[in-house]
Amino acid sequence: METTLSQDLLKIGDKVLTSRLFLGTGKFSNNKLIPEVIKASGSQVVTVALRRVDPEHKEENIVEYIPKDCTLMPNTSGARTADEAVRIARLARAAGCGDWIKIEVISDNRHLLPDNIETIKATEILAAEGFVVLPYMSPDLMVAKRLAEAGAAAVMPLGAPIGTNRGLRTKELVRILIEEIPLPIIVDAGIGRPSEAAEAMEMGAAAVLVNTAVATAANPVVMAEAFGLAVAAGRKAFLAGPGAIQDYAVASSPLTGFLRE
Amino acid sequence: MSVYEELSNYRDLNFDKFFDQITDADIQRIIGKQRLTVLDYLALLSPRAEKHLEAMAQQAHRLTVQHFGHTMLLYTPLYLANYCVNQCVYCGFHAHNDIERKKLSQEQVIAEAEAIAATGLKHILILTGESRYHSSVAYIKECVQTLKNYFTSISIEVYPLNTDEYKELVEAGVDGVTMYQEVYDEEIYAELHPAGPKRDYRYRLDAPERACQAGMRTVNIGALLGLSDWRSEAFFTGVHADYLQNKYLDVEVSISPPRMRPHVGGFPPKVIVTDKNIVQYVLAFRLFMPRSGITLSTRESAKMRDNMVRLGITKMSAGSCTAVGGHAEKASVGQFEISDERDVADIAAMLYSQNYQPVYKDWQIW
Ligand code: SF4
Repeated sequence: METTLSQDLLKIGDKVLTSRLFLGTGKFSNNKLIPEVIKASGSQVVTVALRRVDPEHKEENIVEYIPKDCTLMPNTSGARTADEAVRIARLARAAGCGDWIKIEVISDNRHLLPDNIETIKATEILAAEGFVVLPYMSPDLMVAKRLAEAGAAAVMPLGAPIGTNRGLRTKELVRILIEEIPLPIIVDAGIGRPSEAAEAMEMGAAAVLVNTAVATAANPVVMAEAFGLAVAAGRKAFLAGPGAIQDYAVASSPLTGFLRE
Repeated sequence: MSVYEELSNYRDLNFDKFFDQITDADIQRIIGKQRLTVLDYLALLSPRAEKHLEAMAQQAHRLTVQHFGHTMLLYTPLYLANYCVNQCVYCGFHAHNDIERKKLSQEQVIAEAEAIAATGLKHILILTGESRYHSSVAYIKECVQTLKNYFTSISIEVYPLNTDEYKELVEAGVDGVTMYQEVYDEEIYAELHPAGPKRDYRYRLDAPERACQAGMRTVNIGALLGLSDWRSEAFFTGVHADYLQNKYLDVEVSISPPRMRPHVGGFPPKVIVTDKNIVQYVLAFRLFMPRSGITLSTRESAKMRDNMVRLGITKMSAGSCTAVGGHAEKASVGQFEISDERDVADIAAMLYSQNYQPVYKDWQIW
């Protein structure tokens, strides 16, 4: 078992990760909290909205607060169409943010649900341009297949609408993606509690991305640590192969007992 | 259906009678609801709801942090010109007011831009008085081209445009429109706008919708509080915002609750809108539209603004000056007097002291 765990690495693009918790940075009360939060969580992948990256404002530039050994995953937050997402991705690369890009295309300002169709379009274009594309999407099997065909490096279905902390409401759909899609499935958005992150990992998700749950916790640093532990625990449980769930107690007078007589 | 028709659904509503029927239990139930109806929103604007402000505030704060985090977007207005052909009785730029009229040259626009950019802000709101002649769309576009070198988000607060003109400006790089109806009550509107193109109530009312159709990312609306009964004005603003958000899901619809400020004309407010009224309006609106932006300008006092940070506000102006060219040179007469005179660094420090992060930049597409 130990060997399995020590070899349990997550490969995305050309990166090999040991932590399966990805962190979002959009809602903190102070960027100065970010390094501490990242450290406590053990996270190696951090997403930042390009819309907020401001290289000219050193003190407020969020990228300055992300440790150099972390993988920066700029996202296209604010994009309403594939075209806008593509422009933002190119700007991010030009700004030196690397090749990873989380596609976020949202044209629903009431619920912030992703536009799967525009997301597929943006993924096709950016994957062809050599980006490591991680699309955020509403969990739908056919869309996930199209994203895989389009060259996505992973698929990021939502657990519940962004920022709601409602948990893994899309569980059955995410489960199907995990079974059917040969790419890492990263549950993004909606996870509000470490136990929910652990549940996603137990199901076989490759990773979990969390922002609001940590940023709006009374103690973000301690919450980040709790998420790191929960994700690792959930992953271990998945690898350990949980025993079957028994719906009924094993009967002392089994119905088929006579066969053994 | 147009917004005019949408608003007409409520013109005959007897507000007093509606308010009389609201009970404490109604308010408590509404505060706990997942999604409020338009009439729920009106109930939260009732005198009865004043007793429940703390519960509303807790919920508004929770929703705002959930959707926006502990952050506050900062921006500042930049006045390009103050020529105006209208005669709004409540405004310092009124066509007949004897003030020095100015319009910035591109060199002056650069000077303003440099002064503002030095504070770190990346979002600006450019304003002109309402004169198509002096501040033509071509002039605005030229200024936008200049300003794009300094800022990543440019919004406009100018006279109402037609859809094609808004489109032209979107293509030039403008991403937001602020358009205040000033007063939704049509009779009072006619009274306060005695002459000039602004008399056309419906052309103005439809302007935010035209901006949505033209592809603007953010559309900010509002009533100027003090011109009519604030409860019904707040209600109609909410109905308007809800109408736009339902029809244009991809647009970030936001509101501002500006209160009348002293200005050169000296027109006194018709109605006194208290701090408590503003708070109730903002809280009710936050519960009604949890994802919408709410902007609080420097018309409000420093004390009021500090206290509103945790009550649902998502955008604040900082280091404001309402005079043309006022950021770079000694100011002439402003459109109205500002109240919170702190500079950007002071506002940032205030936000940090409340455990909030100032956001200088929240959009970039070029
Ligand atoms: S409110 Fe606007 S339109 Fe009216 S007088 Fe003032 S600047 Fe002119």
